[in-house]
Amino acid sequence: MKRAALGALLSHWWRHRLQLITLLTGLALATGLWSAVQAINGEAKASYDLATSKMGARQNETLVPKAGFIPLSRYVELRRSGWRLSPVLEGHWPQNTGSLRLIGVDLLSHPTFSNIAKNSTSGSSYSLDALNSQGQLFLNPKTLKQLTVQVDLPPIVQSDQIPIDVVLGDISLVERLLQRPGQITRLIILPEQPLGLHPLEDLAPELQLQSYDAGQISRLTDSFHLNLTAFGLLSFAVGLFIVHGSVGLGIEQRRGLFRTLRAMGVPLHLLTVLLLSELLLIAIVAGSAGLVLGYLIAAALLPDVSATLSGLYGATVEGSLNLRPGWLISGIAMAVVGTLIASTQAITNIYKMPLLAAPGLQARAQAASNQQYGIAVLGLGLIASGTASMLVFDGLIAGFALLAGVMLGTALMLPLLLSWVLTLGLRNARSALGEWIWADMRAQLPGISLALMALLLALATNIGVGTMVSSFRLTFLGWMDQRLSAELYVTAKDEEQAQKFVLWLVGRDVTVLPIRWSEVPFHETKLRIYGVLDDPTYREKWPMLQAQDGAWDRVSNGTAVIINEQLARRRNLWPGDDLNLTSSWKMTVVGVYSDYGNPHEQAIVTLPVLLLHADNVPNLRFGLRLPPSSVQNLIKEVQQEADFEGITLVDQNDLKARSLAVFDRTFVVTGALNLLTLGVAGFAILTSLLTLWNMRLPQLAPIWALGITRRQLAWLELWRSLALAALTAILALPLGLLLAWVLLSIINVEAFGWKLPMYLFPLDWLRLLLLALVAAAIAAAIPARKLALIKPSDLLKVFAHER
Amino acid sequence: MVDWEMTDNTLLQIRNVSKCYAGLGESRAVLRDVSLDLQAGESIALTGESGSGKSTLLHLVGALDYYDSGEIEIDGTSLTNLNDSARSELRRNTVSLVFQQFNLVPSLNVAQNISLHARLANRVDLTWITSLTSRLGLTELGDRYPEQLSGGQQQRVAIGRALAVRPKLLLADEPTGNLDEIASSAVMDLMLKLVRESGAALFLVTHSVQVANQLDRRVHLSAGKIA
Amino acid sequence: MNAKFFLTALFLCLPVTASTQGFAGLGTNAKGFAIPQRGAVLSFPEDHGSHPNFRIEWWYLTANLKGDDGLDYGVQWTLFRSALRPGSEDGWSSPQLWMGHAGLTTPTHQFFAERLARGGIGQAGVTAEPFMAWIDNWEMTGVRPALQHLDLKASGADFAYDLDMSTQGQQLVLHGDNGYSVKSAGGQASYYYSQPHYQITGTLILPNGPVAVTGQGWLDREWSSQPLAEDQSGWDWFSLSFDSGDKLMGFVLRGASADFTSGSWISADGTITALQPGDFQALALKHSDVSRRSIPTEWKITLPTQELSVVIQAVNEQSWMGTSFPYWEGPVTISGSHTGRGYLEMTGYE
Repeated sequence: MKRAALGALLSHWWRHRLQLITLLTGLALATGLWSAVQAINGEAKASYDLATSKMGARQNETLVPKAGFIPLSRYVELRRSGWRLSPVLEGHWPQNTGSLRLIGVDLLSHPTFSNIAKNSTSGSSYSLDALNSQGQLFLNPKTLKQLTVQVDLPPIVQSDQIPIDVVLGDISLVERLLQRPGQITRLIILPEQPLGLHPLEDLAPELQLQSYDAGQISRLTDSFHLNLTAFGLLSFAVGLFIVHGSVGLGIEQRRGLFRTLRAMGVPLHLLTVLLLSELLLIAIVAGSAGLVLGYLIAAALLPDVSATLSGLYGATVEGSLNLRPGWLISGIAMAVVGTLIASTQAITNIYKMPLLAAPGLQARAQAASNQQYGIAVLGLGLIASGTASMLVFDGLIAGFALLAGVMLGTALMLPLLLSWVLTLGLRNARSALGEWIWADMRAQLPGISLALMALLLALATNIGVGTMVSSFRLTFLGWMDQRLSAELYVTAKDEEQAQKFVLWLVGRDVTVLPIRWSEVPFHETKLRIYGVLDDPTYREKWPMLQAQDGAWDRVSNGTAVIINEQLARRRNLWPGDDLNLTSSWKMTVVGVYSDYGNPHEQAIVTLPVLLLHADNVPNLRFGLRLPPSSVQNLIKEVQQEADFEGITLVDQNDLKARSLAVFDRTFVVTGALNLLTLGVAGFAILTSLLTLWNMRLPQLAPIWALGITRRQLAWLELWRSLALAALTAILALPLGLLLAWVLLSIINVEAFGWKLPMYLFPLDWLRLLLLALVAAAIAAAIPARKLALIKPSDLLKVFAHER
Repeated sequence: MVDWEMTDNTLLQIRNVSKCYAGLGESRAVLRDVSLDLQAGESIALTGESGSGKSTLLHLVGALDYYDSGEIEIDGTSLTNLNDSARSELRRNTVSLVFQQFNLVPSLNVAQNISLHARLANRVDLTWITSLTSRLGLTELGDRYPEQLSGGQQQRVAIGRALAVRPKLLLADEPTGNLDEIASSAVMDLMLKLVRESGAALFLVTHSVQVANQLDRRVHLSAGKIA
Repeated sequence: MNAKFFLTALFLCLPVTASTQGFAGLGTNAKGFAIPQRGAVLSFPEDHGSHPNFRIEWWYLTANLKGDDGLDYGVQWTLFRSALRPGSEDGWSSPQLWMGHAGLTTPTHQFFAERLARGGIGQAGVTAEPFMAWIDNWEMTGVRPALQHLDLKASGADFAYDLDMSTQGQQLVLHGDNGYSVKSAGGQASYYYSQPHYQITGTLILPNGPVAVTGQGWLDREWSSQPLAEDQSGWDWFSLSFDSGDKLMGFVLRGASADFTSGSWISADGTITALQPGDFQALALKHSDVSRRSIPTEWKITLPTQELSVVIQAVNEQSWMGTSFPYWEGPVTISGSHTGRGYLEMTGYE
């Protein structure tokens, strides 16, 4: 019985292969996008974990100073009291382009250094050499090309056990390279400790316990991954609309079959089980296809994601994608659960289906339209609770809750809103045909509203994310013009060369702006403090968001500091507040400047004050102000000078182009996901229209009989579809703008630490509207073509079958 | 006094069955105290006006619907208090139905449709099905799908499907109601002939006196009561 | 002479190669390090401190103890110094490296711990006057006059000890030729002296609680730059205190072609007799399975010149120091012509 019944059930899909393909594709797309995002997130997390475990401090807690650094003497005192600790000195090591993390450890006490060194892939093996006066530096082969400052470098040992962008060495060597003798950044607490120790908080109250170092990065990147996950879920939701439509249709069309089977003695529970098995089978097939798709998408996007992560957060994600069993299982599970959710309603209907009475489609459509109110009320509730979450929660969660509530809520309200618009149209219709068109559109609404909801979500997301990215880009461009005001940026090989270079510039009509900074420990992280010399360039061009009168005067006379937006927002410091740069260095904030593309906190003081308070302030970089016409000549001259070999010169335009390229790459992923979501929504419309096709013939046949040609009917079909899509697009606009606002003013501030002004891009909206219309037109074209070419006899059948 | 004792040959017993449909405000009685029985292999025609309760009675006998009071027994099994799977079993093995609107499975071809019920009941008798198909004139049409058939052909498929399982009782509800006159009488003749050959009892709902006259017995239903 | 050569190999993080090279390349030349000279006069208290121009050096204390629970215990406290280059320097760049080993042997358990430290920052070191040797919170602190009275502390994850050690003013024992101790037929030598006369009271902290102990201790001091011959692969070293009041230090350096033995006889009245190569004889009687190696834990010791013939038995056969570079070190009991207690160290058993 089971076989025969299942065969009869499945024969439907064989006869309706397009429908099956639609269903499978929709589900595969949904699973694919979701799995892609999951794969990317999983890969990134694995990369962070690997980086952390490579550094060996995974289970170890560390002691960090509440302010400043840990003096060597404190380390020795703690060791002498019995605590087994291992010192680490870490700093940024400026290179010609960017900087590397230079980490100095005590080779004798570091918990995993010997493992790292043992696995070196080139150079001499780990040996006594690392402790010799010359020392050794250990780094990943991939980091080698970034090591551009060639100051009497000790021998290099390559090891792929070391994270990218990190250079490791004995602390004696590193304190020399960083010019920070006697300083320690943190102390790793080794796992095994002797009996009878005094508590650390008594011995060293100025130090605080911190679990491992990766915390900072993971906090920052978490928000990025949350973003991606939200996107993945959105795609999945859009995909589920398709599944809901296809499954619903597949069940709808088989009501007669179910009844016949029941009449022939197939028990209800068996029928339900068989239907569930069928859906499960579909889910597994589509889920597997989705996994393949997801893997491909993830592999294609991963390089851009890692570019984003390293560009925005300095976190390194290695470029290769691994298959993880958890990912496979969760992908299939998503497909199965999604299918079941999408088909709950249909299955429930079957279970409740009376054996006999066969209510017509019309009547059920009527019932569905009555449901519009219920759904709209639910939508309103979602919007309300999303808004309320802003009051209850803080930050990122609240932002996403607001987004989820408002977007889903609005989508649910869409059918009612559209039906109101159509009713309005119906009232104003002048001709009989016009009246029919409006009425028919309204009748069609329940069938197509799910697809329209998907379209609404996709369009709103596109408008919102597009507005965010474009606003960001516009702001970023303006900001670069202000921030990168020097015509030429120079990095010297070493301080000696830097001094020679400055002397050489004397008399060449060039203003030299030193770019010097120091990093000080600050609230469990690091604060980079720049020291600048007073110059009109800063006074005129620096991109201030807020500044007190005479801010630059106060900075240059050494009494005040200006800080970046990230610092201002994270610590809630604004002009007039006091800022403790270190435990013994306090200054008044007189200005806040924008600092896009940088996740870290930053401050600017006048150079003499910085030199007074900080030891390690390398003097290697300069901005040069000179007439733009002489830039190329100067570059040539420098290149010809033998003394200046190894010096790096980057002109402003180059730097801007490079920065913009990084910026654009950052949002490639967002753009790609955006487009895919829209594609899925377009597919949803197609599915819905195909679904409606069979149901619509009985409605169209009488009109045809009344003298409207098939061609006319086909055009009307097309226009109807376009009109619904256009209406949806118009409703999507305010929703998209709201989304943009939330992204710019809430999500961005939480995720990146900056707030951006919102710009409007009407041309983009127009482009998107066209895109939506094209999608709707393509989707409607297939049924319309069918209609135009339908045989009159088929239309006649409608009457013949009518009782 | 009527002897209600079931004889060995009694296949169907309907005793004092009543059925109401809930309407707006008050319920409407469709069947009132109907009693009837049918011997194995016997054929009975149920006639009556539209709305007289003919189809309802047929649905009750087919275990498709539930009566409010009284009792129906088929082949010794009372339908009262029978759960869904027992009712399903009864429909699968004992009773077959032919509907006015054919109710073929559109995604199965003619051959598959004919054998469907037999396969569900796990009682496929290939010789019988082949002969049935050929008697119904459907041998050439085995690969076709229902939408490619005329109404008369579709009903012949439906009859084939119902008889392929060799039911003890065939319930037919206006089987020719959707067919023109010529097709109608041809199909009806064929059906009656095949029913007789298969040995099934027939419970036929019809409005045609002519058809009714060809059956062993006639019962007329009027306003839910046997006249 | 103790595990020092061997451990130094680890200490220097050098690859350990075959015995033809000696341990850890220590058979190679001394690269600018000072070399012990016969006839040099040791000077105290200065020579209690460290000698940064020599490559290796140690302060090595072993103690045979009896607990108030009646059980035999052994304690080891060792501070090794090893120089990457001669000389001292302040800060992380110092070429001096330090390693501490602490061991505590009970009849059934062996506890041990290890500490490493960089010189130049104060985490480990030795000062001569007042005397203090330390690494982390392990300390050997002297009360004037130097080495007459010592306070000894160490702790590991599962044990600790705190011992009070004093002599009755006995002289230091200078081994070999007034402290110039020859280590091979080829003439490799070290400076080597001992204070074998400590009386000890103190407390051991064990997982089951503290145990009060009394007993006797033996301190060895040795420094050199190239103490091993190229073919020497390990050694067995004995420090024995007899109930008669006599003491014996003897060692066997196991060579590829021939063993080299030497030692000192310290009679109860304080006279010291340097043993000639070959005088001291040690014969392994019984091997035990220790840490997947076969290690002799029962020895027959003969010293014909003193009419000595004794059997040495380990208090705990599993006295294994599973430190970065492992070796066997533990208390022993003596029976035969003489009775008493002592310490045994064995290295180079693969």
